[in-house]
Amino acid sequence: MLRFLVRRVIFGVVVLWIVATVVFAMYFIAPHDVARTLAGRQANAETVAAIRHNLGLDRPILSQYGSFLWKALHGNLGYSYSNSESVTSLIGHGLPVTVSLVVGGALLWLVLGVTTGVLAATRPRSVVDRTTTGFALFFYSMPTFLLGEVLLLLLFFRLHLVGIDWFPGAGFVPFSENPLQWARYLILPWLTIALVTAATYIRLTRGSMLEVMGEDYIRTARAKGLRKRRVIYRHGLRAAITPVLTQFGIDVGTLLGGAIVTENVFGLPGLGQLVISSLAKQDLPTVIGLVLLASAFVVVANIIVDILYSVLDARVRLS
Amino acid sequence: MTVTPPDQIESTGLSSTLPAAVEAIEGRGPWLLAWARLRRDKVAVGSSVVILGIILLALFAPWVAHLVGHGPNTQFRTTGLSPDGIPVGPGSTFLFGTDDLGRDVFIRVIYGARISLLAGAVSAGLAVAVGVIIGLAAGYFGGAVDGVLSRFMDVVLSLPYLVFAIALVSLLGPSLAISVAVIAFFSWASVGRIVRGQVLSIKEKEFVEAARSLGASHLRIMFIDILPNVLAPTIVYATMLIPLSIVFEATLSFLGIGVLPPTATWGNMLSESIAYYKVAWWFVAFPGLALLITTMAFNLLGDCVRDAFDPRGNRLFVATEE
Repeated sequence: MLRFLVRRVIFGVVVLWIVATVVFAMYFIAPHDVARTLAGRQANAETVAAIRHNLGLDRPILSQYGSFLWKALHGNLGYSYSNSESVTSLIGHGLPVTVSLVVGGALLWLVLGVTTGVLAATRPRSVVDRTTTGFALFFYSMPTFLLGEVLLLLLFFRLHLVGIDWFPGAGFVPFSENPLQWARYLILPWLTIALVTAATYIRLTRGSMLEVMGEDYIRTARAKGLRKRRVIYRHGLRAAITPVLTQFGIDVGTLLGGAIVTENVFGLPGLGQLVISSLAKQDLPTVIGLVLLASAFVVVANIIVDILYSVLDARVRLS
Repeated sequence: MTVTPPDQIESTGLSSTLPAAVEAIEGRGPWLLAWARLRRDKVAVGSSVVILGIILLALFAPWVAHLVGHGPNTQFRTTGLSPDGIPVGPGSTFLFGTDDLGRDVFIRVIYGARISLLAGAVSAGLAVAVGVIIGLAAGYFGGAVDGVLSRFMDVVLSLPYLVFAIALVSLLGPSLAISVAVIAFFSWASVGRIVRGQVLSIKEKEFVEAARSLGASHLRIMFIDILPNVLAPTIVYATMLIPLSIVFEATLSFLGIGVLPPTATWGNMLSESIAYYKVAWWFVAFPGLALLITTMAFNLLGDCVRDAFDPRGNRLFVATEE
C-alpha cells in the first residue's frame, strides 16, 4: 500500500514537472514581446529594457527556469501582467466561487447519476430503464453551454416575465455573506453542470452494475437470504462503483481548475472566468498559473481516487 | 487490404469442399455479422439517415444558399431586422429567422454544419490514426517502448484539457486547424490505451507466432496481422469520438477561441445568441437543436455499432427488443 502510494505520488510529481516545463516554454513561444506590450506604445527602448530587466526576462533561460520552478514550489506564481496583483491572490478570489460551484454540482450529479443508474440496472429493459437511458442519452449529447443557455431562457427569463424570480440569471454571493442567497444564485449553474455530468454517471453506473450483478457472489448473497436492497447496495454497488469513482476524480479535479463553460454562461467570477479573461488580456503568468493549478488538482484527485479504491473494493489490493 | 481472420478462413475452406446443397450456409466473419445486425437495427438505420441528411445539407449548403438567395454572411438590414433593429422571427423569407445582424439563421446553421462535421470527422480521424499507431507500438514491442509510451498516454490523459487547450490557443491564435489539432491531441491517448490493451493479448496468439516464423517483419505483423483484429473496438470508439469532438469544437467556438466570426459555426452562433435570447429565441433554438440532433444521432449510432460488434454487451441507451 505504502509502496504503491509512493509510486503514485512520484508519478504525480513528474506529471506536474512536465506540465510546469511545458507552460514555462509558453513564455518563449508567445508571439508577443511581453516587455514591449507592457511598456505601451509611447515607450522608448530604455523603458522596454528596464521592464524586461524587472521581469527577469534578460537572464539566461536556465536560470529563469530554475527560479520559475523554485517559486512555483513555494506557491508563488508571479505577478499578473494586467492586474496589479499576484497570481496567487487572483486565484484566491476565484477559487471560492469555483469550489462552491463544483462541490454543489458534484454532490448533485453523483447522487442523481448513481441512484438513477442503479435503478435502471436493477430493472433492465423496463420502462424505468428506457426512460432513464433516454434521459441519459439526451443530456450526454447536450453541450454544457447549450444547456446553460436553455436553462437561462426557460427558468430565468420566462419565469421572470411572469413575475417569478426564483432563479437569478447571473452573479455570485459568497457563502459567508448569505448562505441562502449563495445557494439561490448557484441553483442554475449547479443544475447545468449536474445534469450534463450525471448522464455519464448513469451510463457508467448502469453498465458496471449490470456486470457486477451477474457475478456469482451476488447470487450467493441472495441465496443466503439477504434482502435484495442490501445485496444491491452493500454487495453490488460497492464493487460496481469503482469506474464511477475514477470518473468522479477526473471530473472534480478538472472542474476545480475552472468550470470554464458554466462560469462563462452564468457570469460567475471563478477560475474558469479568470482563464478566459487573462487569455483575452494576454496575461501569461495568470494563464500559466491556472494551468499549473488545474493540473495539480487533477493529479491530487487521481491519487485520492486510487486510495479510495482499496477502501471500497476488497478485491483491489494496491501493490 | 483486409486479412481474413483465422475462423473465417476455416469456414470458407470447409464450405468449398462440401456438396452444393450445404453451400447456402456461408461462413460469416465478425464484420459481416456486425453489418447484418446493424442493418436490422431500426435505431441504427434511423440515426444513420439523420446523419446522412445533415451531411447532405452541409455539402449542398452553397447550393441551398444560392437557391434561397441568402449568403451565409449577407446582412439583410431592411428585411432581416425590424425597424428597431431587432432580429426577425421564423417565416417564409427567413425559415429560421435572422440574427442580430440580419443574417439568415437557416443558411448559417447549414454552413455551421460544415465546420462541425469537418472538425468532428477530421479530429476523430487524426486521433484514431495516432492512437492506433502508438497503441500498436506500445502493445507489440512491450518493455521500455511500452513503458515510455504508456506513461506518455497517462500524462496526456491526466491533463485538464480545456484549460490546456485555452493556453495553447492563446499562443497559437484561434483557427479551425488549431482547434482540430488541439482536439486530436487530447483524444488520441484514450484510443491508444484501448488498442494497446487489445494488442497485448492478440500478440500472444498462434497466428502471430506463425507469421513471425514465416519471417514476417515487425511492421507487417503489426499492421497486417494484428491491426485487423483490433479494428472493431477502434471503430466503436471512433463513432463515439465524433460527437465528443463536435461538442469540443463547438465549446471552443463558443468561448471565442475556436473558429472566429464571421464564419458561421454552431458554437459561435450560440455565443452571439446569448445576448439576444430575451428577444430572439430562434437565434438560440435552431443552432442549439442542430448541435443537439447531430450529437444525439452520432451517440445513438455509436451505441448501435458497439452493440453490433458485441451483442452480449449491455446496450446503454436504448433497450429495444430484438
